[in-house]
Parts: sequence; structure tokens; C-alpha cells
Amino acid sequence: MDLIDITIIWMGIIGLGVFMYILLDGFDLGVGILYPFTPSEQVRDDLMNTVAPVWDGNETWLILGGAGLLAAFPAVYAIYLPALYLGVFLMLAGLIFRGVAFEFRFKSSRTRWFWNAAFAGGSIVAAAAQGFVVGTYIQGFEVEGFTYVGGPFDWFTPFTVFTAVSLVIGYALLGAAWGVLKTEGATQQWLYRVTPWLIVLLAICLLGISIWTPLTSERILERWQEAWTVLWPLPLLGLLALTACWYGIRRRLEMLPFVAGLGLFVTVYLGLIASQWPYMVPPEITFRDAASAPEAQLFLLLGILFLLPIIVGYTVWTYWIFRGKVGAGGGYH
Amino acid sequence: MEALDPLLLSRMQFAFVVSFHALFPVFTIGLAAYIAVLEALWYRTDSPVYRRLSEFWIKIFAVVFGMGVVSGVVMSFQFGTNWSEFSFATANFLGPILSYEVLTAFFLEAVFLGILLFGRDRVPRGTHLFAACMVAIGTFISSFWILSANSWMQTPQGFEFRDGIVHVTSWAEAIFNPSLWPRFGHVALASLLTGGFVVAGVSAYFLLRNRAVEMNRKALSMTLWLLLLVAPAQIFMGDIHGLNSFEHQPTKVAAMEGAWETREGAPLYLFAIPDSTAETNHLAVGIPNLASLILTHQWDGEVPGLKEVSAEERPPVGIVFWSFRIMVGIGVLMLLVALWGAWLRMRGRLFESRAFLNTLQLMIPLPFVAVLTGWFVTEIGRQPWLIYGQMTLAEGVTPSLTGWMALATLIGYVLVYAVIFTAGLYYVTRIVRTGPEGVGSVEEPAHAKRPFSAADVPFDDDPDFSTSSR
Repeated sequence: MDLIDITIIWMGIIGLGVFMYILLDGFDLGVGILYPFTPSEQVRDDLMNTVAPVWDGNETWLILGGAGLLAAFPAVYAIYLPALYLGVFLMLAGLIFRGVAFEFRFKSSRTRWFWNAAFAGGSIVAAAAQGFVVGTYIQGFEVEGFTYVGGPFDWFTPFTVFTAVSLVIGYALLGAAWGVLKTEGATQQWLYRVTPWLIVLLAICLLGISIWTPLTSERILERWQEAWTVLWPLPLLGLLALTACWYGIRRRLEMLPFVAGLGLFVTVYLGLIASQWPYMVPPEITFRDAASAPEAQLFLLLGILFLLPIIVGYTVWTYWIFRGKVGAGGGYH
Repeated sequence: MEALDPLLLSRMQFAFVVSFHALFPVFTIGLAAYIAVLEALWYRTDSPVYRRLSEFWIKIFAVVFGMGVVSGVVMSFQFGTNWSEFSFATANFLGPILSYEVLTAFFLEAVFLGILLFGRDRVPRGTHLFAACMVAIGTFISSFWILSANSWMQTPQGFEFRDGIVHVTSWAEAIFNPSLWPRFGHVALASLLTGGFVVAGVSAYFLLRNRAVEMNRKALSMTLWLLLLVAPAQIFMGDIHGLNSFEHQPTKVAAMEGAWETREGAPLYLFAIPDSTAETNHLAVGIPNLASLILTHQWDGEVPGLKEVSAEERPPVGIVFWSFRIMVGIGVLMLLVALWGAWLRMRGRLFESRAFLNTLQLMIPLPFVAVLTGWFVTEIGRQPWLIYGQMTLAEGVTPSLTGWMALATLIGYVLVYAVIFTAGLYYVTRIVRTGPEGVGSVEEPAHAKRPFSAADVPFDDDPDFSTSSR
């Protein structure tokens, strides 16, 4: 396989898969994160209706990502999961609770309070757990060979708590911007009122992470110093996206806040990868070291190339079918 | 050796989450096949009874499938969290195989499940039938991949170790390893039996209460024909699978038979209390020579005993021995019930015998017990090996895992699943109690593919509901 670098192709697939997941499940976790602050049952209904048709398709990417990592980059799978052992459990428990809440909340009346709590709690816990993963990825892992040798709570440091909080706020912003796009009336008005707060909070968080990250990792500091000539557009674009989001909310535009929110996530994601490239398990293991055997990567690639376009196409089609506003109280039982 | 052993707790955790998960697919595979048959009959005959049956069972299918997906998410992370060394070593084979399982499942869910659940009045009837068939075929393909992975761990082939890492030398040999087809056949028939007994039991429940009599008689009659074929076929298939294990994993079979000593003319024990420390059975009651006859097809054929291998290389005998007997016992019971049904049918009393209908109601949980005990036999019988003869459990467990971490997550999963399972089971029983009478009268809103939303029964609205269904 000298002609085609299959590991690079897989890097692209996994990178895309993770990113698809963050974008798609980001806003639908975000909707759940907003739940504790919602003023009325009507707002909660509307918010859930905006993501009800698409949420489990969004989570598909997580399972696909898990299996894909094992197949293409087993070192990542076999180090991240033990390192984040308790965090992974919390994430799964959170996702299960909110998944079931989706189904039963609309069918219940007396127990609705319970499903509301399950939906909110599950969303917040799952989002925070993913934030811990991001923080740990920046921090790095203690490994010997390809085995994790750190402690059970290495993922729980002041820095990772900060990244967890940041991601929860970031998802909430995505969820709110998505809600602005998909709702009308009182629900939309409420979202217009809360979104500016989220933008301010997130701006503070991102600034904090930008200062804190080089202090945590000598290597990232060096990378930034060396490559600032290439990397400087990223923070600028991030700032632009935040500003656009703010402007969209102020001018009561519907589309711009969400698109700007997505743009912000793109820049942060690229910034993270650029900071750690080529390491997949910092500080020691590069994506080449982490890769599985070429024959395994090729064997799965055949199926992926056939099925992935169909799954992506289906995802797009679902969103197209459910375009437009959710009707107040209708369209879902 | 600390008080909390991460290895033992990890085994318990995996056993718990995989057993819990297995209950759902084993039912949905069988049910999907039944729904596809109903849809085909509806397409062919235009008889509305088939359509109404299909619509009723699709509701139940939707909820159970949804729970299968939810519990399946956990499975895709279990290997990495608790068995990281094993995952890393076997990734070149298991990674692609498990990924294909996930891809198949999602491809199916994405494209065809939505059409099956919500497309009845939106797509041509032929398309709807095609979707039903694809969902049925897809569930089988999905289970094929997962059983390929499991069979490879039992009878590994087509690979070599290089620096402690599995490298596949032949995909065909590794995927189609020696125990794949017997295992696949055994599990496929188990799914049909599970689906069949649940449908028969629920139909009996309605007939005993004189509800929707015409369609439930139809369902019962169809299902009993199926069971009459599948129950004996499964016993035959189990024998094939047992012989396959006898050839490749003699120690497992020795544990199933409670055979300590290698001997000719080994007896089949009906009852015994295996004692691993004393290496003998207490209170053994057996039929002379029968085990030899079954396994070697000779009256005095030689059956190797557990003492062929050292004590460290033996599985826990008691649980394998008894799980095997429970499974076989339920299999025989299923055959008897199917024969009883055939006898009643010949005498034209199939729908009149209340004793028979009551029995069918009580049979509903038994196929699930049989499936679980069957898995116990094959998985616990593999101990102490993760990959049979190649890698032990102790070599595969996550090194950084401590006992209390494994315990905390075990308790956590038990609690989470308890809530989910209770809610799900409660909801399925509500769908059943609400019954098939109202099927087809509900105007479906335009949904995506979310399985549960195919069920429109309220979760709790009506506090005095239970009295109205009596």
C-alpha cells in the first residue's frame, strides 16, 4: 500500500466521525443542559421537539467512533478508556438516561418530572464527561508502551474540570442557537434572552483555556511559539464566530447564531488537533504508532467506503425532512 | 490479592451487561422474522388480520429494539474499559469485525427501520414489505458478525501472534472459524424460539380473555407450526454444536458433563453436585453410557475428563454443569409444549384448552432463561481463557483497573439498567394490556426513525387503567 497512505485516510475518517459527533450530539445535549433553567413546560416541550427526530441518529456517531477507534487506532481505544474509566461510565449512564427520557417523557404525565430530571441530568453529565476527555487529551496520559499506567483520577484535575465546564457551556450555546433556529414565539424569545449570557460565559472559558493550556503543557507552548505564523487565523476566526453569534442574537436573526456556533466549534476543534499533532495519545504516541495493522485498516475501509456515504446521506435527508419550525405542542407524541 | 479482585469484578460486570443486552436482540431477531412473514402474508392475501397483527407486534418490536440499542452502546466500550490489553492485542481482528456489526446494525436502522415503523401509508406496499425483510435479514447479519467474534475467541484460527499482537493471516479462516456455523445456527434457532414463545404466550393471554379473538387465533396457530418445526430442530442443532465443542474444547464439554475422569462409556448425569476442590461429584445420579453415546456415537466411546488439564485450566464446573442442564431441560419442555399443541390441533381443541393456553402464558420467560444459561455454558466454559488456548483472562484485563473502580461501575450499571429495564418492561406490558384492538386507527405523525415513537401507548396517564383491562 505504498501508493495510498491508508492510515491518513483513517485519520480523516475518525477525525470526521468525532467531529460529526461533537457537532450533532453537541446541540442535542445542549438542549438538555438548558432544561434546568427553562421557565415553563411549554418551552421544555418545544426544545425537546427540536431534537426528538434526530437525536439517536446523532448518537450513532459515538458508537461508530468507538468501534472505529478499536479497529483503526487500537492504542487510543485501549489507553483512553482505562484512563477515563469512571468518566466513561458516567457518560454512558448519562446518555442512557437521556435516551430513555426522550421516549417516555412525551408518553407520561404523572412521572413527567422524573423524565425531565433524567433528561437534564443525563445531558449535563454526558457533556461534562466529554469535556473531561478533551481536558485529558490536552494534559496527556501516563503510559508505558501501549498500556495506561496512571491513576484512576488523573482525568480529574482543576484544568480538566475547567474544560468540562467549558464544554457544557459550549454545548448549551449550540443547543440554544439550534433552538432559536427551530422554535417560535415564547420559547424563541426566552432563548434570545439567555443566549447572550452563554456567549459571554463561553468567551471567558475559551480565554481561560487559551491561557491555561500552554501553562499545562510545555510542548504545546513550544508548538504555539513555533507555528504561530500558521495558527494565528484560528483564534481570530473563533473570535469572529463569537461576534457573529452575538450579532445574530442582537439582530434577532435565526440562522446566523447556529451557523456561527458551529463555526466556533470548528475552529476550537482544529486548534486542539493542531496543538497536539501528530500525537493521538500525548505526550508519546503518534497516530502512526497508534494505528492497527494495514490489512485490518484496509479490510474495514472497504465496508466504510460503501456504508458511510449512505449513513451520511441518510443523516442529511432526516434533517431535510424535519426542516422548518417545530409546531407548538404538535408533531410529536 | 486484595479484597476486591478487579479481574473477578470485571468478569461479573461483563457477564451482567452482555447478558442484559443479549435478551433484547435474541427476541428482536425472532420477532423481526415473524413480522416479515406477516407482512408477506398481508401482501399476498390482503387479509387485514395479518396487517393488524403486524402493526401490533411492530409496536412491541420498536420498544425492545430501542432498549437493545441503548444497552448496546455500553457494550462497545466494555472491551476498552475493562479488557484493554485484550482489546489492544486483538484489535486487528476484533476491531473490524465489531465495526462491521455496528455498521450493519446502523445501516439497517437508518434506512429500513424507519420505513418499517412509519412508512406503512407513505411508501408502496412492496417497498414496505421489502423494508420488513431487510430488517429481518439485517438483524441476522448483525448477529453473524458478533457470533463470528465470539466463535473466534472460542476456536481461534487464521491468525498469528507477532510481538503479542494478533495479525490476521486469513480473513476467511478467522471469520469462518470452526465453531461459527454451529453457534450461528444454534443462536438463530434460539431467536426464533424466543420470538415464537413470546408471540404464542401473548396470543394465549388475549384468547384467555376473549380479546381480538380472530387475529390472536391466527397468531397462535401460525406460531405453533413454527415451534413444532424449530423446537426439535434446535435439539438437533444443539447436538451438532455440542459435538463441535467436544472436538475443539473438550474441557468445556467435560465440565458440562461433570466428567472428572477420562473414561469409556461415560454416564450422563441427571443430577450431581460437582466439587472442584475434591475433583468429584456428590449425589450423582446418571444414565450409564449415555454421555459417550451422545458425544462419540459409540456405546463405550472415550470421553476425556477434567483431569486431563491442570486445576488452573479448568472452568468453574458447577455453574457450567447446571446451566447446561437448565438449558437442555427448557429445550425439552419447549418440545413437549409444541407436541401438546400439535396433538390439540389434531383433535381440533387448540383454542379451547385453557390448561394449554395458561401453560403458554407461563412459558414466556423460559426461552430467555434458556438463552442466558446457554451463554453461561459457552462463556464460563471457556474459562480461564479469553482466547481459547492463547490468552487468559488475567492477561487481558486492564492493568490500571483497581477493585473498587470495577465494583463502583458494576453497581452503577446494575442501578442504571434496573431503572431502564423496569421502565421498558413496564411499558411493554402496557402495550400488551392496551391490546391489539385499537391497532391501525391511530394517525401517525411524520416521525424519523426513533424506534420508541412507533409505540403510541401512554406511559402512565391513566391511574385506574389496570381495572379497565380486566
